[in-house]
Amino acid sequence: MIQIAIFLVIGLALVGFAVGRGRATAFSVGRTAAAVRPHSRPNHHGAHVLLWTLVPALLLLLLSSALVPPLVNDAVLSSLPAAQRPQNPMDRAALLDEVRSIAAGESSGGFIAASNSLVPAYKVASAKFNGIATGLILLVAVIGGLFGFSRVRPDFRARTKVERLTMTVLLLASLIAILTTIGIVGSLLFESMRFFSMVSPLSFLFGTHWSPQASTGAAVDVTAFGAIPLFWGTVFIGAIIAMLVAIPFGLMSAIYLTQYADPRVRTWLKPTLELLAGVPTVVYGYFAALTIAPPLRDFAVSIGISSASSESALAAGLVMGVMIIPFVSSMADDSIAAVPQAMRDGSLAMGATPSETIKRVLVPAALPGIVGGVLLAVSRAIGETMIVVMAAGLAANLTLNPFASVTTVTTQIVQLMTGDTEFDSPKTLAAFALGLVLFLVTLALNIIALRVVKKYREAYD
Amino acid sequence: MTNTQDTSTLKMTARNVDIFYGDKQAIKNVSIDVSMEHVTAFIGPSGCGKSTFLRTLNRMNDTISSARVTGDIRLDGEDIYSSSMDVVQLRARVGMVFQKPNPFPKSIYENIAYGPRIHGLATGKSEMDQIVEKSLKRAGLWEEVKDRLQDSGTALSGGQQQRLCIARAIAVDPEVILMDEPSSALDPIATAKIEELIHELRGRYAIVIVTHNMQQAARVSQRTAFFHLGTLVEYGETSDIFTNPREEKTKDYITGRYG
Amino acid sequence: MTEPTTMKRQPTDWKSPDMVQRIKRRYAAERRFKAMGMVAILISVAFLAFLLISMASNGARGFMRTDVRLPIDFPASTLMVDPASFKGSSDDVDQLLAGLDFEGPVAAAAEQAYGAEGGALLADSAWLIVRDAIKADPTLLTRKAELWVPASSDVDIAYKGEGEKPMRDRVAAMKQAGQVTSGFNLGFLTGADATDPTIVGIWGAFKGSLLTMIVTLLFAFPVGVFSAIYLEEYAPRNRWTDLIEVSINNLAAVPSIIFGLLGLAVFLGLFPTLRSAPIIGGMTLALMTMPVIVIAGRNAIKAVPPSIRDAALGIGASPVQVVFHHVLPLALPGILTGTIIGMARALGETAPLLMVGMRAFISAPPASFTEPATVLPVQIFLWSDEVSRGFVEKTSAAIIVLLVFLLAMNGLAIYLRNRFETRW
Repeated sequence: MIQIAIFLVIGLALVGFAVGRGRATAFSVGRTAAAVRPHSRPNHHGAHVLLWTLVPALLLLLLSSALVPPLVNDAVLSSLPAAQRPQNPMDRAALLDEVRSIAAGESSGGFIAASNSLVPAYKVASAKFNGIATGLILLVAVIGGLFGFSRVRPDFRARTKVERLTMTVLLLASLIAILTTIGIVGSLLFESMRFFSMVSPLSFLFGTHWSPQASTGAAVDVTAFGAIPLFWGTVFIGAIIAMLVAIPFGLMSAIYLTQYADPRVRTWLKPTLELLAGVPTVVYGYFAALTIAPPLRDFAVSIGISSASSESALAAGLVMGVMIIPFVSSMADDSIAAVPQAMRDGSLAMGATPSETIKRVLVPAALPGIVGGVLLAVSRAIGETMIVVMAAGLAANLTLNPFASVTTVTTQIVQLMTGDTEFDSPKTLAAFALGLVLFLVTLALNIIALRVVKKYREAYD
Repeated sequence: MTNTQDTSTLKMTARNVDIFYGDKQAIKNVSIDVSMEHVTAFIGPSGCGKSTFLRTLNRMNDTISSARVTGDIRLDGEDIYSSSMDVVQLRARVGMVFQKPNPFPKSIYENIAYGPRIHGLATGKSEMDQIVEKSLKRAGLWEEVKDRLQDSGTALSGGQQQRLCIARAIAVDPEVILMDEPSSALDPIATAKIEELIHELRGRYAIVIVTHNMQQAARVSQRTAFFHLGTLVEYGETSDIFTNPREEKTKDYITGRYG
Repeated sequence: MTEPTTMKRQPTDWKSPDMVQRIKRRYAAERRFKAMGMVAILISVAFLAFLLISMASNGARGFMRTDVRLPIDFPASTLMVDPASFKGSSDDVDQLLAGLDFEGPVAAAAEQAYGAEGGALLADSAWLIVRDAIKADPTLLTRKAELWVPASSDVDIAYKGEGEKPMRDRVAAMKQAGQVTSGFNLGFLTGADATDPTIVGIWGAFKGSLLTMIVTLLFAFPVGVFSAIYLEEYAPRNRWTDLIEVSINNLAAVPSIIFGLLGLAVFLGLFPTLRSAPIIGGMTLALMTMPVIVIAGRNAIKAVPPSIRDAALGIGASPVQVVFHHVLPLALPGILTGTIIGMARALGETAPLLMVGMRAFISAPPASFTEPATVLPVQIFLWSDEVSRGFVEKTSAAIIVLLVFLLAMNGLAIYLRNRFETRW
């Protein structure tokens, strides 16, 4: 029913467009003297009629899609004798869900006894309310279209109206970014607050014992949510091991590509290097777990580290570092390229070798940009999920041993969210608290990094 | 064309030099001499190849991969494009000052100390201090900056920056100093200071200066070379070139008919 | 200029042995440094090559399937059904087949043909092939037939030359006798997830990815392009605009899993019945992709020279006409390039989709945007967790499929950039 309404409204709108355009064309033809020339082109008049037909009707459609289901549900429930009505909202929702799927022909029979008997009532109510909604929507479309059409006159500024709406749409689209940010902050804060009402923020942020799996059902062990081992694991893998790989390799790659490589070699090597960044993280995770981790463990065992785990921090960190190489490289590349050519010439003209020029002039001059790039890389590394989920462990250890297993914030978020789905337990809510910490830390890193990079760019502009 | 075999000591000689960028010839068959204790000015309209030629004198054109130089350029009789000539040493002996001041984003002290440090010219801190002080004094900048040697070189004014760059070039004890329009980015007062400095420096070095400004060439140089479309049209005593040019083209240029 | 005599220095002797030695050292350092750069980049590229080669060599075998010849004497088997009853609609036939036990007769046939352990030679799902064969041709039931059915993972691995020695010998002998063969596994491209690695396919996950990407594109592209136009062309310079800009720049760097938490809390909170559905996954990814499109779009719009705007304004076009008639068409290649890159990233994304429940076991390709689905990267993740050895090569094979698509998208982006981007 609703689908038909949508098609009809769109059809009406197109008719409105054609009629409005036709009328405007009629009075436009042959009148080119400035005094009587219409303000707007026929297309604008047509679009104006179209919008008057479409927009109010679609708004009403949105409203009705929010209002109709509750009305239908009430009607269905009230057709049940009061004694049989489920009291629990969950049961009620389950019952209505079943009725709906039977009525739609998706399933042949329900588990709940009452559902089959309610199907006729549901069908009647649904037809009634949807019918009313469809009628109203069509009516509004027709009235809107007629109103729009009545305004098609040579002196009517249809273009201004249409363009004003265009601008509004553009503005609304750009507000979605803010809405998303608010949505992120809001949902993380809201769920975290619920978590912190059960577990104190202090014991979460500074506790060293993490074993949320220990709390089952109603018994919540509030001391089992100390996130320090997670923070350490995240920093150890993302900011230490991965950066020990990514910074030297990324920086040296950028230097080689910008300063030494033949232009033809560069046009091939640079995109090849960037392919590393295009490989999905789940592939890296699989590679780390399957190909990198076992030999690393064997190696560690062979040099006498018996605690070596096949889910070592090293395997995850190494692979993550490789993934970050092109990122660091392209940031360093940009920063070095932003150093004016005159610096390089100045140094070379004094008799410095290219490497002396790079080490003593270019890199120091580009350092703020490079540091900013590294901060962004760290923020990316600590927020990376799949590599650590697949290659790092679940054991929350506070250890400096790279061959041991550590766990990270993102690993634990996935772990907590995919176990069971009861939405009120501190176990699931803890994931939001971890998400909040992760969000704030990456936000801070990004803001600092962008500021550093911006200041640096200004210095050479 | 070289008619300047007077008492001055020849420092650099160029014979039959051609320069190509890819397939394009930028300099055609240029021969020229540069002498100690003289300032040689290269003048000519934009794009005539005078800067290109200047950059071959310390092989800065090597940094452009498509550039190719043929002919014979010698420093103290030694072919600077031969394999035995080391480009790093060559550039230390033939210093260069650029059109736009380009101090490194380091302190004033470190800007001067950079050259001596990479070439290992100072054995200790005190010797380095001496080099820095001497270079700044020679560039006429010492009095202005002696109390703030640790400030950034980029914080100086344009004219001071250019003198810092000259001091930086002096610090490695060069024999020739090449200047590529050293005052074109500066105001008249700063320009006057640079010209005064060139005048003072003449006693120790062979100086080659590229300039757009014919008055400047007349003021600071003893010899002038006029380039046009990649060829050397006329080369001689500055006074002769400006008062009694042999070539019609030179005359047209210095009287402002084109360029 | 006067100088104190103490400052006089000897002219530098460039030919002194010390100096020559020093120059040598400096050049050696230069060569070392250059070599370090080359080694760094070569190692990075070598790692990429190693990754791709190891995926390719593992995965290539995932596209192959080993089949065992299974002779079945249907009339003699315990399969009690009359071929004449295969009438009516296909639903009726399905109902009839669903009521039959195929596993017993198939295992018995295998034991008859290959001895006591014959059943272990066949994949757990072998009976499905038998059932489908009967459905296709009910007359089979009246005679003895030979069917090719999928071999078990052990046989499969042994056929490919790995695994336990006794099994390898056994399979080699069977191969001699023509009882086992290997061929391209079409089912891998057309099937969906299953518990038995020999019959899994990626079409289900692929279709899920496709539906999810459609949703992402439909949401992210218009919003991204409109935001880019507004911010670059019309937005007044004020605190609100700054706030939008800061939001977009930060959203572009927010970890993807945070978007998953947002999708979980907001989208699933609003539409709890759409758990695991492509529409929810697609909207979650759209929020992630939108900033990428905005940033690429702004750069592309910025690159259109102001002279074009001036020219259009100069002949009386309204600001909206200027943008939609002149600026946008010129900026479109850049916007499309950015969009493809953003979509490629979304296609490879796993973590946020895990959060909105797209990790369910889905054994049939999703039919619509609102049905539970999984996507390629999540399917890879799920298979990588399986203990059964047969899943290893299937995981790599799925990775190959994913990488081929990502490469194609990136290639298209590079092509667009080179082909259409105008240098002003």
